[in-house]
Amino acid sequence: MLGNLINQGRIKSPWVVHFDCGSCNGCDIEVLACLTPIYDIERFGILNIGNPKHADVLLVTGTVNHRNKHVLKNIYDQMPGPKAVIAIGACGCSGGVFREAYNVVGGVDKVIPVDVYVPGCPARPEAIIDGVVAALEKVKTLLGMTA
Amino acid sequence: MARTILPFGPQHPVLPEPLHLKLTIEDEIVVEALPTLGYVHRGLEKLCEVRDFNQMVQIVERVCGICSCLHALCYCEGIEQIMGVEVPRRAKYLRTIWGELHRVHSHLLWLGLFADAFGFESLFMQFWRVRERIMDIMEATCGNRVVVSVNVVGGVRRDLSPEQCQWIEQQLIISEKEIRQLQTTILNDYTVKKRCCGKGVLTKEQAYQLGAVGPMLRGSGWAQDARQTGYAAFGELGFEPIVEYDGDSYARCAVRFRETLQSFDIVRLAIARMPAGETAANVEGANEDDTPRIISGNRGGIMQSYNRDKHHSITAAPPPDLDIPAGSLAAKVKGKPDGEAVTRVEQPRGELMYYLKGVGSKNMDRVRIRTPTFANIPPLLAILPGCELADVPVIVLSIDPCISCTER
Amino acid sequence: MLETIPLSLDEVVAVAKEHFDGGWRLVTMTAVDVGEAGFEIFYHYDKDLVMKHYRLSIPKETVVPSISPVYFAALLVENESRDQFGICFSDIVLDFGGHLYLEAEVRAMPFCKVSVAQKQS
Ligand code: SF4
Repeated sequence: MLGNLINQGRIKSPWVVHFDCGSCNGCDIEVLACLTPIYDIERFGILNIGNPKHADVLLVTGTVNHRNKHVLKNIYDQMPGPKAVIAIGACGCSGGVFREAYNVVGGVDKVIPVDVYVPGCPARPEAIIDGVVAALEKVKTLLGMTA
Repeated sequence: MARTILPFGPQHPVLPEPLHLKLTIEDEIVVEALPTLGYVHRGLEKLCEVRDFNQMVQIVERVCGICSCLHALCYCEGIEQIMGVEVPRRAKYLRTIWGELHRVHSHLLWLGLFADAFGFESLFMQFWRVRERIMDIMEATCGNRVVVSVNVVGGVRRDLSPEQCQWIEQQLIISEKEIRQLQTTILNDYTVKKRCCGKGVLTKEQAYQLGAVGPMLRGSGWAQDARQTGYAAFGELGFEPIVEYDGDSYARCAVRFRETLQSFDIVRLAIARMPAGETAANVEGANEDDTPRIISGNRGGIMQSYNRDKHHSITAAPPPDLDIPAGSLAAKVKGKPDGEAVTRVEQPRGELMYYLKGVGSKNMDRVRIRTPTFANIPPLLAILPGCELADVPVIVLSIDPCISCTER
Repeated sequence: MLETIPLSLDEVVAVAKEHFDGGWRLVTMTAVDVGEAGFEIFYHYDKDLVMKHYRLSIPKETVVPSISPVYFAALLVENESRDQFGICFSDIVLDFGGHLYLEAEVRAMPFCKVSVAQKQS
């Protein structure tokens, strides 16, 4: 009963944590723009927090390089399950324009499993919000809430 | 006395970006700060060997998404210098307009984040609300919100129609009014002053010797701004830098605030004086048929049904028709870049320098980018010791760190 | 075209001092790989928006005296050149030892055209 209620809450109000891998900031500021009055993801109950231990959804922008892959892995491991990962921007999906650079490992999926890919360079705030909503479907399945 | 070492970052709630500082503290007082960089290092200067000099424009734009337009501008000016291309006058003005709009959006972004750093969340929201107007202008005139990609070697890709200019001016009037409403809070509020005045003081000598640039330098009393060198249309428009003398976080904040308003004036002036005419000199080289392409229209967001105007207090005019006829007027320039050039432009965060070397092939031999934050990190390391731990976020933010610029 | 003033290895620090005292600002340094001939290092100074460029040509594996004791601001760029080109600088005030940006996995001095094995120093 109580578990059900908590799960309901999780789906209705997912908390996201944003981690900037090697992004050019283009995608970062679009993630931030989602929080601000025009897009305002809080009206969907989505809340941005700084602590990965409280988060349900991880938003990753930018490419993974040899130094930050450890940090990324670390943050992912700190998140309690069920969790979902969203790769944002061309960089997060595949490495984008930096794919051939020497210090770039590639997309986020080289290091941690990714559930939703949001394309765009930079991805539009609308697309990012859409991505979070899509990720919730996955969380729902993990919780066994799909009918 | 007991010393504690405190890691600050790379993933930290107040830091928008992954900068890692190892702070040695003694009773809440920072005695030493050591940076660790490399979390965003991609190595894109090296990409000049696989991309040709026209394609590099798209790469350098992605050094930093916030000031992408100015990176491309600096790069293009360098190539034009090497190849001896004369950019059409109208294109210079257009570059200035988009460049200054970028400055406005970047400063508003920073003012918001700064407000957030000392706990004024609603002020953060207010600044970002105004910023969305500028983003709307970008989107309506360039087709993308952040990475606008208007500069090409030889000129610009897009033109502004008279209706668009008019619409931009209207939007600027509204935004300026909204920003002025926030002035009393960000500059005169008691709490804000408590948090910023006298924090992270960089003296006049220090600023110069440590190589500070941009608002860091001007906040410490130096009237130096790369716009005085007259790149793009600044040679014709004239320019006076904004200076503050205290050298603390508050002074840097004031410089940025006043620069935002100044940029509005520059945009207006540039629109008023913009000559008619061609927008791009055709540069032949790697892509033979690289005529400026005009990509029309809005990229079509997924949730188009959002009604923007509902969220603005004053209803904005709808963006004018986005289909601009492709005016590919062109003075042809042949060849491949051969030679060296150093160019400088003023980014929102300070002076940006490019060193470019071509050896007569379609790829550049070396592209070196000295970004403003790269120059501002040594001063940051110098002002952190001696401050209180609680002030660290404010001081770090007051240099407007852009780590993806720093590391490229 | 870029006007540069040639510079020799033992003048580096003296010239830096001279500029420091004369009120010049160090804009940055640039390292360029010129193939067989080794490296070129540019020192860019600025005063009242006028720039001066010094060009130092060195063969590979030369140890360059660091100017960071004079210009503290040089420390990042010297460490960066170490990372990217493997140019060694003596007496940098804060030496990251070739790990400013790069982890141990990428140890091939990415910017060199012909990469030489990193010397253990
Ligand atoms: S996808 Fe584009 S905008 Fe986003 S981080 Fe990568 S380069 Fe920047």
